Amino acid sequence: MQQLLLLGDEAIAQGAIDAGLSGIYAYPGTPSTEIMEYVQHNEVALSRKIHSKWSANEKTAMESAIGMSYAGKRAIVCMKHVGLNVAADGFVNAAVTGANGGLIVVAADDPSMHSSQNEQDSRFYGKFAMIPIFEPANQQEAYEMTYNGFKFSEKYGFPILLRLTTRLAHSRAGVGQRTLQNENTLALPQDKRQFVLLPSIARKRFKTLLETQAKFEEESENSPYNEYFDAKDKSLGIIACGIAYNYLMENFPNGCPYPVLKIGQHPLPRKKIERLANECKEILVLEDGFPFVEEQLKGFFEKFKIKGRLDGTLSRDGELNPNKVAVALGFVQVLGKPIPEVVQGRPPMFCAGCGHIDVYNALKETLKEYGDGHVFSDIGCYTLGALPPFEVVNSCVDMGASITMAKGAADAGLHPAVAVIGDSTFIHSGITGLLDTVIEKTSITVIISDNSTTGMTGGQDSHAVGRLVDICKGLGVEPEHIRTIVPLKKNHEEMVRIMKEEFEYKGVSVIIPQRECIQTAGRKAREKSKKD
Amino acid sequence: MKLDIILAGVGGQGIISIASVIGSAALKNNLFLKQSEVHGMSQRGGDVQSHLRISNQLIYSDLIPQGAADLILSIEPMESLRYLPYLSQTGWLVTNTEPYKNIQNYPEMEAILKEIESQPRHLSLNADEMAKSINALKSMNIVMLGAASLYIPISYESLEDGIRDIFGKKGSDIVNMNLQAMKLGRDFAEKSKK
Ligand SMILES: Cc1ncc(C[n+]2csc(CCOP(=O)(O)OP(=O)(O)O)c2C)c(N)n1
Repeated sequence: MQQLLLLGDEAIAQGAIDAGLSGIYAYPGTPSTEIMEYVQHNEVALSRKIHSKWSANEKTAMESAIGMSYAGKRAIVCMKHVGLNVAADGFVNAAVTGANGGLIVVAADDPSMHSSQNEQDSRFYGKFAMIPIFEPANQQEAYEMTYNGFKFSEKYGFPILLRLTTRLAHSRAGVGQRTLQNENTLALPQDKRQFVLLPSIARKRFKTLLETQAKFEEESENSPYNEYFDAKDKSLGIIACGIAYNYLMENFPNGCPYPVLKIGQHPLPRKKIERLANECKEILVLEDGFPFVEEQLKGFFEKFKIKGRLDGTLSRDGELNPNKVAVALGFVQVLGKPIPEVVQGRPPMFCAGCGHIDVYNALKETLKEYGDGHVFSDIGCYTLGALPPFEVVNSCVDMGASITMAKGAADAGLHPAVAVIGDSTFIHSGITGLLDTVIEKTSITVIISDNSTTGMTGGQDSHAVGRLVDICKGLGVEPEHIRTIVPLKKNHEEMVRIMKEEFEYKGVSVIIPQRECIQTAGRKAREKSKKD
Repeated sequence: MKLDIILAGVGGQGIISIASVIGSAALKNNLFLKQSEVHGMSQRGGDVQSHLRISNQLIYSDLIPQGAADLILSIEPMESLRYLPYLSQTGWLVTNTEPYKNIQNYPEMEAILKEIESQPRHLSLNADEMAKSINALKSMNIVMLGAASLYIPISYESLEDGIRDIFGKKGSDIVNMNLQAMKLGRDFAEKSKK
């Protein structure tokens, strides 16, 4: 096998391409972004014209992937964990319609919230939708699970969920590659009504999903990803899910003395778990994320002692690591020295020359006469306006929430109610909220801080470029209250004046400070000079 | 053979290039490798770290356990100290002394240097100045790699091949500049050892 040095994300992408992928759909989000980016630059993908354009958000991505599956081709849709909230409607219903061409949904979770608002565990979504979940422990498994996942999906006619966490997504290792397969040809579903979820059809489809559960469990029972490693010392039995298996083995360089059940595929293999529970005195469950398996076991085996995140053996929150697992195993560890006191925190910050800085300087000055608490923001680089020296932002909840939260607060009587949102976030989930405010003529000022890219996740193309004014007009925002300006120091006074005027307007205003992200602009200039 | 390296710096300083060069050299030597990277939020001028693990045996964890790193290779002095909990009792701290001051409460340099010098095994150098001396400020990270190479049990020639591999796309000038930068760091480390 040829060895490629790949991130976990890239291994998924390579596995999908090699399996005959026809389309990848995604909206950027750490730690999932690199799956799409890898396909976008892969030569086989380019020559085969595999679809690899960004979608407006995770919901549109999910639905496009379902559509490609309907047409009989293999599709993958990728997102960060909170993206699955946005795509949840399509996701859960795709389990009822089932798949035609192989359909893989990838959710990259972020325990410890390295770059996220929460650390939700996507496996719950998989169980909720009742589809098989795959949890790779390493880059090679990420590749294999994807490569073989399409076939699995086609065999049963259901989508599968591939769930990984930040550490695997963003860690590189050698990956062996399998032979490249052809793409599927266009082939509509045999049952033309499979995807029509009218109640009478949906009830039948749902029964099919229910009936397939036993087969999913049988697959799990025989899966190479759910391996049982027997060992002599039965005082403890360990269930290690996905990447947690690595942290376990890291603690036993000469092999683990306790029986271990490695879990990489759900639903849980009941028989293997029963064996472990029957043979061992206690069970320790190691999983990166929520106590997903642990909670299920508590239901299976009330009479057994189960240790994990629920009884305090491991902390309920935060990413696992070798040291936490060592503590759970009762090891005494020799740690390094503590961090010296002189070391100061170094939080992320705006790049020098970023247009968001000029926007916040103007906003901070304009707000002086109104006091604190008027600004709802959103998710992106501009969320850094919550940190010193600005500290003008009062919210960051989920993508698009700036506009709708400002609306709710305005409905409650707050004035001015200001939303600060990025151009990509506006496209993702801001448009519909703005329409709500237009319909009701809510007194609200929306600042779309337009850097013409998806900055936070590394500068992916934004659907907003060149379209924001027209979109706002089309939604019905009055043209005289759509104000554009270039956020530069020299325009500070004018920006403050515009903000003041629009804060005082009793209706919907949109201010669009537009200047390209300096990172993206720099990258484009470098690419151009290389070409010349 | 097993080597666990914590690479440290500030977002945008170029620790990933160091990791890529070592990674390329390790693979050519048929070693196992795992390298975790930081993407996302902290890349915006925040503190960043990468765990680089090399071994002739299968590596399990993508993360280095605390207290187990053989080497901290930092291209910023304050950042070198942030990862002391990871350093093993016999590990080396190799750091650049040129501060990257993007925070207002950046501590006094003296206090930082004092901490660095109190480490039993440390090597510090001003990689920015050394890189400037050959008109290659951008290769400051590679100067640091050169300095640390003394503690990396992979042949120096393999690391040179790694440079050719990673920077080859950018042309021979860039490759040569980085080879020179690595040599500067290496020579410095060898001299300090004497
Ligand atoms: C549902 C969801 N999808 C994706 C993300 C990841 N994400 C955070 S910020 C961001 C991009 C924001 O781009 P933009 O609004 O243009 O602001 P910028 O960072 O460019 O200032 C993305 C994709 C997320 N947090 N939530």
